[in-house]
Amino acid sequence: MSRVRTLLRHAGAVFACIALVWAFVSQAHAKVENDMVYLGAAISLTGKYSTNGAHTQRGYDLAIERINAEGGVIVDGKTYKLAIIYYDDESTPARGAQLAERLIQQDGVTFILGPYSSGLTRAMAPIIEKYGIPMVEANGASISLFEEGYKYLFAVLSTTEQYLQGAVALAAQTAGDGEGLRVALAMENDPFSQDVRTGVIADAEHHGMRVIIDDKLPPDLSDLAATLAKVRVLKPDLLVVSGHAKGAALAIRQIADGRVDVPMLALTHCDAAQIIEKFGEKAEYALCASQWAPGLSYSDPLFGSASDFATLFEETYGYAPPYQAAESAAAVMVFADAFERAGTFDTLAVRDALSATDLMTFYGRIDFDEAGRNIAKPMVLYQVQDGKFRVVYPAEFAEAPFRHPTPRWADR
Amino acid sequence: MLDNLQLLFSYPVLGADLIANGLMIGSIFALAAFGMALVWGVLGIINIAQGEFVMLGGFVALTAAEFGVPPLATIPIAAAGLFVIGWGLYRLVIFRIVDRDLFVSLLATFGLSIVLQQLSNEVFGADVQTLETGLGTLYLLDGQIVLPEIKLVAFGTALIVGLLLWAFLKRARLGQAIRATAQNARAARILGIDTDRVYAATFALNAALCGAAGSLVVMAWTIHPYIGLPYTVRSFLVVVVAGLGNIIAVIAAGLGLGALENLAGFILGTEYQIAFVFVAMVVILVVRNWVLRRKREYLK
Repeated sequence: MSRVRTLLRHAGAVFACIALVWAFVSQAHAKVENDMVYLGAAISLTGKYSTNGAHTQRGYDLAIERINAEGGVIVDGKTYKLAIIYYDDESTPARGAQLAERLIQQDGVTFILGPYSSGLTRAMAPIIEKYGIPMVEANGASISLFEEGYKYLFAVLSTTEQYLQGAVALAAQTAGDGEGLRVALAMENDPFSQDVRTGVIADAEHHGMRVIIDDKLPPDLSDLAATLAKVRVLKPDLLVVSGHAKGAALAIRQIADGRVDVPMLALTHCDAAQIIEKFGEKAEYALCASQWAPGLSYSDPLFGSASDFATLFEETYGYAPPYQAAESAAAVMVFADAFERAGTFDTLAVRDALSATDLMTFYGRIDFDEAGRNIAKPMVLYQVQDGKFRVVYPAEFAEAPFRHPTPRWADR
Repeated sequence: MLDNLQLLFSYPVLGADLIANGLMIGSIFALAAFGMALVWGVLGIINIAQGEFVMLGGFVALTAAEFGVPPLATIPIAAAGLFVIGWGLYRLVIFRIVDRDLFVSLLATFGLSIVLQQLSNEVFGADVQTLETGLGTLYLLDGQIVLPEIKLVAFGTALIVGLLLWAFLKRARLGQAIRATAQNARAARILGIDTDRVYAATFALNAALCGAAGSLVVMAWTIHPYIGLPYTVRSFLVVVVAGLGNIIAVIAAGLGLGALENLAGFILGTEYQIAFVFVAMVVILVVRNWVLRRKREYLK
């Protein structure tokens, strides 16, 4: 019996050594086989983020397909094709962290594309940092991700505090002077929406506005009645609601059903909540924050213009691309560009190339600051006009004039 | 908090509005709580998957509406659909945990709730869903109280279902069998009641009640695969306060909880709304215990 046990113990030690050596070896070299470069990604294919996880994956896939169809990336005179190793993180941060380890340790991946959501990005960031593996992410917008001093994390999207700053600026602009405008906030009590809140409050104060309602909505939000009762009597000039797709859906539904009159309503996640399809006329006049829109005037040699990307995406997947897909495609383009400029797959060289990125894409300009945030692309604001999303802010991208104020329900 | 109170005093009608809206959502809690009280009382199981039944009811109603069923007619369809699902789940899982340790039933129904969440996520997608009824809005007191008609429908449905359930348990053969089994399962069995069938019917009836609640939720609010927990927690709370045997008490507790919660959400701020619910539960349990003890002493 004891011999068996000793044998087992020895076998265990040998295995541990092999694993260690293998891990070391695989870490030293990028996952490049023949002319294929492998990127890794843990994405929410199941669980509560599965819809947005699918948008993310399709964005990645479409960019890979385009880049390979155009001949791939040229690194040090040799042409390589790109491929992605995917795992399903089940929408849980703990699983995301495990999969980051797995991608790096077992699959030997040395370049990682980000997951969906700030929460999962936050779970994976310390791990890629520990191993010195560059990650370009497209769906983690929380400002707190960029306050940790991470060196290997790069984000192509605008950070959360900018989401609804446009709404405040637009309110000030419309009134001629923001002084004395009254703002009501209903923000979910989670990191994302609280970041949005911070940005809105800072800007509102800057414009001399007053915050008269500042409600934090519970994460298992199912009813906005208490907040809307306050809105009804206090009559703010601007109501800002942020609570992911369910917050947007509840806001539109309950504001319409309860006949709550607000001159200006600004939301996040309108497209995820499909407010136009689901609520029709009730959604009219709502303002929605967006990272990107197909009507923007950006373009690049790979996809062409923003609307070309939208057409290609719709032909391929059968629905109009949400911004989550567009920014995901842009993340792959950033990696391809960095490989070519670095001229090697050495992780450190690629990291340095990433941080020097200055790339124009169909999604907007991408230029990372010290912390890895993209500071070159503004957020845009849509307004629901006649059953369509139309960009109304910033002025240089506006497709239609901003309709203000929202008429009273009695007059609609 | 103080400015919220001040607001309430300067606009007293606001309080009425909050309470009215709270009563409406409270009626949904009561509907789900009827079922929980039944299953708890008869099978001795605390069903953690209660909220998932509500969620499934919403999705069944949505699916029916996609096939062209008018929105309000989806209420009985959701109830019927969930009755079948409830019966199936009893035959598959629940019969194994009747008469077992409470911990086992908690664990089993918790597992069930996760499975139902993930399955509906697979089948219906993770998106937030809602069903348009086309109903209007009711204005009371010169338009100072605004009530969406669909919420009134929810309120009325909950009251009617409560009454029907009460009559069913009192008068119907199966209702009497359910009560007999709840009082003493062994004696009921000796007297010729097929208790296994009674258990199955009770569990299916519970699911049907939740199904009806779910169809109302999808029409008046929104649903998505992960919305179950608040409904489980609220129905648990209502049952704890109202006790197992009293349908009128369940209605009263449900409505009271809804109204109080809404008022608390307004006064303390929405972030404390759920904290308030739990504090209320602790206070009620302590007070009840104290009252019961006094009663016992008096009896001595």
